[in-house]
Amino acid sequence: MEKELRLMKGNEAVAEAAIRAGVDGYFGYPITPQTEIIEYLMEANPAGTTGMIVLQAESEVAAINMVYGGAGCGKKVMTSSSSPGISLKQEGISYIAGAELPCLIVNVVRGGPGLGTIQPAQSDYFQSTKGGGHGDYHLIVLAPASVQEMADFVDLSFELAFKYRNPVMMLSDGAIGQMMEKVYLKPHKERSKTSPDWATTGKPTTRERNIITSLDLDSNRQELFNIKLLAKYDEIREKEVRFEEFQCEDAEYLLVAYGTSARVCQKSVQLAREQGIKAGLLRPITLFPFPTKRINELAGKVKGMLSVEMSAGQMIEDVLLSVNGKVPVYHFGRMGGIVTTPEEVVESLKSKFIGG
Amino acid sequence: MVEFSGIKEIIKPENLVYKKTNIMTENILSYCPGCGHGTAHRILAEIIDEEGLQSEAIGVSPVGCSVFLYYYLDIDWQEAAHGRAPAVATAIKRLFPEKFVFTYQGDGDLAAIGTAETIHACNRGENILIIFINNGIYGMTGGQMAPTTLPGMKSSTSPYGRDVKTMGYPLKMTDIVASLPGSYYVTRQSVHTPANVKKTKKAIRKAVNYQKLNKGTCLIEIVSNCPSGWKMTPVQSNKWMEENMFPYYPLGDLKTPEE
Repeated sequence: MEKELRLMKGNEAVAEAAIRAGVDGYFGYPITPQTEIIEYLMEANPAGTTGMIVLQAESEVAAINMVYGGAGCGKKVMTSSSSPGISLKQEGISYIAGAELPCLIVNVVRGGPGLGTIQPAQSDYFQSTKGGGHGDYHLIVLAPASVQEMADFVDLSFELAFKYRNPVMMLSDGAIGQMMEKVYLKPHKERSKTSPDWATTGKPTTRERNIITSLDLDSNRQELFNIKLLAKYDEIREKEVRFEEFQCEDAEYLLVAYGTSARVCQKSVQLAREQGIKAGLLRPITLFPFPTKRINELAGKVKGMLSVEMSAGQMIEDVLLSVNGKVPVYHFGRMGGIVTTPEEVVESLKSKFIGG
Repeated sequence: MVEFSGIKEIIKPENLVYKKTNIMTENILSYCPGCGHGTAHRILAEIIDEEGLQSEAIGVSPVGCSVFLYYYLDIDWQEAAHGRAPAVATAIKRLFPEKFVFTYQGDGDLAAIGTAETIHACNRGENILIIFINNGIYGMTGGQMAPTTLPGMKSSTSPYGRDVKTMGYPLKMTDIVASLPGSYYVTRQSVHTPANVKKTKKAIRKAVNYQKLNKGTCLIEIVSNCPSGWKMTPVQSNKWMEENMFPYYPLGDLKTPEE
């Protein structure tokens, strides 16, 4: 079937892609800059077409626990929010990770801490990739850099979430969520009529009862469960790393950036090369798992790396771990909701590595 | 070993008057002697069995003494975060409208940390049953003050008695729920005498039928005892409950459908 071309905001693209991906339920709470997601879904009213449930919850806390309930039924369920709302969801996300439930959480990041701003930022890297809530766990984190990817990653997120029984976070930002671009939409997928064998669907006489829980008071069993999770994360690290390289073949300096910053840095690479500086860009698409191995390889080829993020420097910690001391690594980025310009990145690159 | 004379004559199928409900598992209950939870579980299990709901039921257990409820009833379960059971149940019922979905929560879970989830699920008229065990204390953590602890009542965090001027008043959550347009059937019962057990069982059966008819939220409060938390014998605790809890939380229907 032919793909459909539309002009859409990133937020709208997520919503439309969710309907088309055969998502069973969306549970959300309004917060800028991602409110278009629930508005779009409410207007589209998919309950009448695909049967997808769309519910505005009383809080982010309730919404993520609805996701827990729906995911426990083995259904494709999702929520979306922006930074302060994601902080509220973190308790529920920890339970979802602990109960090994698949789901999608979209985070359209704004500047913080606290209420912060409503403008785009990338200061939620830590709370997305390092767990976020309590306990030892990881989300699979996908970082779209275009409206197209916001749409495409809905399907990918559910594929990974169900494959690994693990929550997936789509870590976008206010710029990609709000900007309009052309987007090719996939054809409609039927909603699944069945649930996986572990789901709570009502206990037939043919199987034991299914229990969705993250509780085990026996320390030895809990540790075994932690070890099982670690093995899962190792498998994810091995199989699911995704990244994109831009002019890295002959690069002497490597920019590492995701999402909006990666778009900016693509232009910075061009500007730097016009000035005779051989720059390249590595764009992590998965932030967990992080492209550690590839960055380590590139560390053997370049003179230095610049981690460009719209934050005080969060991803740089993973870049430093990947580089493992081989070459100097610096951070550059604007904060407070300010999008870095390509020129600023080149200036930073020059001042840190070349001098003047 | 004491040999009971004639015991083998008595243990015969034709003499059986009481047995374990099929829905109850073999797991040993974790409750203190004399606690009402076991009786409430048993009634719920009987209803599920009698109404043929084993393959239809999806329960949501709380955080509190009954956190391990999923060990005891042989149905599918989800264990919710503290207070969030009505939100979890909301999604389950929306996605599986034909299933029988219920939560089972204590007073700390439902009336303190889960206040928002309780009120909003009931206000949306979610087609679920909420069973609310109110024993006026946090049992599992060792007897702290609950939102439903009575004025002057002692607990480990109100050691001089609940002073309503600084600690607030006992919250009558069931009355609040009854006032919401989304709730359909709201009642307050107990399980401390055979007569009350019968009434509570009848209430649960009613709620099951209302859910089949998509009538909206049903909430059954069971005022219960906590011998350990109240530091009383089971018998004393039931007497104290009648004399002190029931005047504040009077038994009976708060909202009944017009039939």
